[in-house]
Amino acid sequence: MVTRLPPVDAVMVGFGWTGAIMAQELTDAGLDVLALERGGWRDTPTDFPTTHAQDELRYYWRHEGFQAENRATVTLRNKEGQTARPMRRWGSFLPGTGVGGSGVHWNGITYRFLPSDFRTRSHNEERYGPLPEDMTVQDWPVSYDELEPHYDRFEKLCGVGGVAGNVNGEIRPGGNPFEGPRSDDYPNPPMHMTFAQHRFREAAEGLGLNPFPVPSANMSRAYTNPLGCQLAPCTYCGFCEKYGCGNYSKASAQTTILPVLMRKPNFRLRTEAEVLRVERSRDGGRATGVTFIDALGEEFFQPAEMVFLCAYPLENVRLMLLSGIGEPYDPATGRGQLGRNYCYQVMSGADVFYEDEHVNGFVGAGALGMVVDDYNGDNFDHSGLGFIHGGYISCTTTNARPIESHPTPEGTPKWGAAFKAAVKENFLKKTSVGVHGGSMAWRSNRLDLDPTYKDHLGRPILRMTYDFTPQDLAMSSYVTDKAMRIAEGMGGKTVNRNKRDAPYDSMPYQTTHNTGGTIMGASPGDSVVNRYLQSWDVSNLFLMGAGAFPQNAGYNPTDTVGALTYWSARHIVADYLRNPGPMVQA
Amino acid sequence: MTCRSHDTRRGGDPRPGLRPSRRSVITLAAAAAATAWAGRASAETHRGGVPWSPSADDAPFHGTREAHFLTDAEFAVVDAMCARILPGDENDPGAREAGAAVFIDRQLASPWGRGELWYMQGPFSEGLPTQGYQADFTPAALYRAAIAAVEGHCATAFDGRGFADLAEDEQDQVLTAMDEETLTFDHVPAKSFFDMMRENTIEGFFCDPIYGGNADMVGWRLVGFPGARYDYRPWLDHGGRRLDLPPVGIAGRPAWRRAGTPAPRR
Amino acid sequence: MRRRPPLLALAALAAAPAVAVADQTQFGEVERGRYLATVGNCISCHTDAEHGGAPLAGGRAMETPFGTIFTPNITFDDETGIGRWSRDDFWRAMRRGERPDGAQLYPAFPYPWFTRMPREDVDAIYAYLSTLPTETRPKPENALPFPLTVRETVVAWNALYFEEGPLPPAPDRSDAWLRGRYLVEGPGHCGACHSDKNIAGASAETLLGTVKPDAHLTGGVLENWLAPEIRGGEGGLLSDWTAEDIAAFLGEGRNRHSSALTRMGEVVTNSTSRMTRDDLLAIATYLKSLKGPARDTVEAAEPAAMKAGEAIYMDACSACHGRDGGGVEGMFGRLDGSAKANSADPTTLIRIVLEGARSQPSDRYPSPISMPAFDWKLSDQEVADVLTYVRQSWGNSAASVAAEEVGDLRDKLTASH
Repeated sequence: MVTRLPPVDAVMVGFGWTGAIMAQELTDAGLDVLALERGGWRDTPTDFPTTHAQDELRYYWRHEGFQAENRATVTLRNKEGQTARPMRRWGSFLPGTGVGGSGVHWNGITYRFLPSDFRTRSHNEERYGPLPEDMTVQDWPVSYDELEPHYDRFEKLCGVGGVAGNVNGEIRPGGNPFEGPRSDDYPNPPMHMTFAQHRFREAAEGLGLNPFPVPSANMSRAYTNPLGCQLAPCTYCGFCEKYGCGNYSKASAQTTILPVLMRKPNFRLRTEAEVLRVERSRDGGRATGVTFIDALGEEFFQPAEMVFLCAYPLENVRLMLLSGIGEPYDPATGRGQLGRNYCYQVMSGADVFYEDEHVNGFVGAGALGMVVDDYNGDNFDHSGLGFIHGGYISCTTTNARPIESHPTPEGTPKWGAAFKAAVKENFLKKTSVGVHGGSMAWRSNRLDLDPTYKDHLGRPILRMTYDFTPQDLAMSSYVTDKAMRIAEGMGGKTVNRNKRDAPYDSMPYQTTHNTGGTIMGASPGDSVVNRYLQSWDVSNLFLMGAGAFPQNAGYNPTDTVGALTYWSARHIVADYLRNPGPMVQA
Repeated sequence: MTCRSHDTRRGGDPRPGLRPSRRSVITLAAAAAATAWAGRASAETHRGGVPWSPSADDAPFHGTREAHFLTDAEFAVVDAMCARILPGDENDPGAREAGAAVFIDRQLASPWGRGELWYMQGPFSEGLPTQGYQADFTPAALYRAAIAAVEGHCATAFDGRGFADLAEDEQDQVLTAMDEETLTFDHVPAKSFFDMMRENTIEGFFCDPIYGGNADMVGWRLVGFPGARYDYRPWLDHGGRRLDLPPVGIAGRPAWRRAGTPAPRR
Repeated sequence: MRRRPPLLALAALAAAPAVAVADQTQFGEVERGRYLATVGNCISCHTDAEHGGAPLAGGRAMETPFGTIFTPNITFDDETGIGRWSRDDFWRAMRRGERPDGAQLYPAFPYPWFTRMPREDVDAIYAYLSTLPTETRPKPENALPFPLTVRETVVAWNALYFEEGPLPPAPDRSDAWLRGRYLVEGPGHCGACHSDKNIAGASAETLLGTVKPDAHLTGGVLENWLAPEIRGGEGGLLSDWTAEDIAAFLGEGRNRHSSALTRMGEVVTNSTSRMTRDDLLAIATYLKSLKGPARDTVEAAEPAAMKAGEAIYMDACSACHGRDGGGVEGMFGRLDGSAKANSADPTTLIRIVLEGARSQPSDRYPSPISMPAFDWKLSDQEVADVLTYVRQSWGNSAASVAAEEVGDLRDKLTASH
């Protein structure tokens, strides 16, 4: 028995960053918008206040802020032919559930992609010749210049602090000289750097590199965004990533949009509402709404003129597969688009241990760091290197939460008296130089439905077939060498290399930057959605988020996710609402 | 509205999570085969502003109260293992002194211990090293089965003695053998148990003291972690000198209480 | 499904155009009446928002130290509202607190303030109320103990304390001051909360009684809240607020010192934010002319309390409120110089620490910046000590808080929920 609800103009499936931004824009345009969120309501004073947000056990180790594995997880195998098995608890990445989504527990690192990142295939082929056959990277159907105003908007929404390196073509000292031109400065100054960042800057400058402050959505000062929402100065408490911010100091849907959106009479949010599938008209060409189930197990049909999938990228892919919209990707034939070009991030780096100096890593923030971009994208000559792309190299002091972070030099036993002594000796004395490597799409890496494992409602969960590729490992090794050189110049006693090896291990935490699977492109033959994030198959269905990335870059994705959402919203409001239908002719 | 904890008012009872402050939530959670989020109100429509109500707070609960899963004999084994993972010495307390076994006992009695937070649907089979934990045991079940297997092994290998009664170097031999997979058991994965027990020992050494471990914040004091503080702006320009800030727990620190007033019940 | 939160529903009504204006000649009067009803904030007390009651249909429980009084339905419903009241009936109620049948209204209804209003203003409110939708909603029985159930006792109270009629002339004062005084002492009835009433002793004569001599706008306790002193002249607790600060607080719910929380937040949303800027500045002019009262010497706190309090403050409070009590402008309250912190009565301070508090969102400041609850985290002694520290640090000067005061309020709050 399914209850049919009164229709709405637009329904958001998932209510994190993209759902909140899109709902804000569409309600401004006068639409009646409903957001469905499968998790619960979450807000600063109730769910992660300063009185108990700093609880490592509860929030990270018991995964309170994350998608509950017992409801749905992801199975993993490294390659075809292996049996995928469920990640029984999250490890390598941590999708969120609940209002605000993963945007509640992000670090606040807010990079733009490079202009060349939007033309990865043509840029590299023009410069270096043909790419390997199995490397399935492709150009984005949108350019940096087109996204620029929307990056600017998202950064002002979030109160990002940094030093601009390129304003309207003018290169500015202290910023990233490689970045695309910005139309405006960052709205806030950079974070207040600490000991480790000073050391990193000196070492990088000594090598002739171009260090600049990590762009940060942790507030470097009190800030009121263009919507009137207020954020407080960051207190450098060291509980950003994996935690909600108790101090209103980190940009999230809660701090930047919801105070305004939730007051609007044409917006409603329904929590504990898990969408089962997108429903379509008989001919399949039009979404009629979504079916969802509430916490009591009751099913509802929510009719809507427009449907927006705003869940985490992995869940957006699964919802499409479960709804039977689009053709699943087959790596053998290359046919089908759904689940194709799943990408991740290739993380590596170096640990620096000091003799009698102290990093005091607990004085930290998610985006407190200095970084060089000299080895990212195509900012350096790849001739003869055997790989494309790269990653940024940064020194961030995000935390010293001791269950998670109790560094010991190489060769230390993992338990016992020597282990304890090494933990005691080194806890305050370690910093890291991290490499945030770009992940290039590869024919074999993909997402589909698992044939065996089911979620708490009996639906198939997602299967991930993923491994690091020769491209990834060559890139990672090269850039890690560069990171080692910086690390060795930072005055430490010892430096450990943290290299990235295949096969991809789903357990150690790496990063929650899962991209692709519902990628955007120039035609139905190369993508799931068009340049406005509109489904090629169902023109009143839109898919937000990093699933749209044709491949990942060497940066954190959130700024680009925000910019793409604003870009899509702008064109939906300006064009689609006037003339509903395909916005790009297939 | 998420007035989840209107019954958290304590009428003078002095410390968090030390009484069943969220009864309704627990009941609901149990009924719904709890996840960390399952205690939340069922489907709700929110409109007309961000909701707020007095005293609504999802304060820490699971694991903050006395709870037991282990038998006395099992507890002695876990306690002895904790003492070898992070041994106390003449200078510094270790995991035993920190109460890591108390912490583990409470955790095993919690939804986490019952495997309610994890994906525990079958089929189960031995996985690839990249696939993580694949055992058909909840954490509590794994402890129970593995402790029995360890005790069985010790009884055979060490003249009928149990693990807790072994000399320290003998205990280390057993742990090393499990860690290095030279000791395996028929029906329970020794290595998975060792890894979990090691992880839990570290949790119990470094967690907030409200969870029963890290007693008197000895773990934090050992390494110089100042705990659940929320503002380090005065120390941003530390310039590499060691910062020695007294640790603060979610329930405070001794300086919060006047001399002579009793410490809150634990 | 959750119903619409009360404040927004009310705000929506207040913002809506008056329905069914009888004819154009009355339009001016109705509009003026609507504005005066907004100044008087009729809607807050006469609506049972907590239970989804219709606007102005009454039924809101008003907690008094002696029991619960339910507000009546003031829609023009014939049976349960005031639909059969004439303009004269309404005038007598506002002027003297008399019902049409001659019975005396309890002075929880602030007629001791409304009596200052001229007939044309009262008539305007009547005209406005008459245009609103009617709602049938009988009034629940009050829960007052004998002899307070006997309305005649209020008659005796009136004879002793009630002063009928307009405010005295003040020819040397500016128009702004006179307007401000009228708004504050008349329809705005600020003293109903912000003045201490001589209710101690529980005698019938003093129930919800008149303002104590010298207690005028120096703060009062109601429903387990202290409405703080709002005197802005020399020695007043708002002496460091400029007229602009006061107008900003009333108009937007926040200023550089503080923000409007629960009860005052309701007043700002439903009433003062809808008043003209000239009127808010007039109120500020008047309040700035009121000198502070003589204050008792504050005894220095026990060193042990200050020491423990400082530790708690630095660990648990300073991230937001600042190590110097300076707060963050427009976000986190400034404690140094705060009227709430320096009030003799610490009720509101204790309550904010126990329950948390939310800055009232407004169009200008939509973020509902909130302080979390500490009731699960701090013991009575710890709450007392940290508040003692706040009240005797920086430039603040107010008496120590005792653990027993915290415990008493904790019990009361537990009982009232």
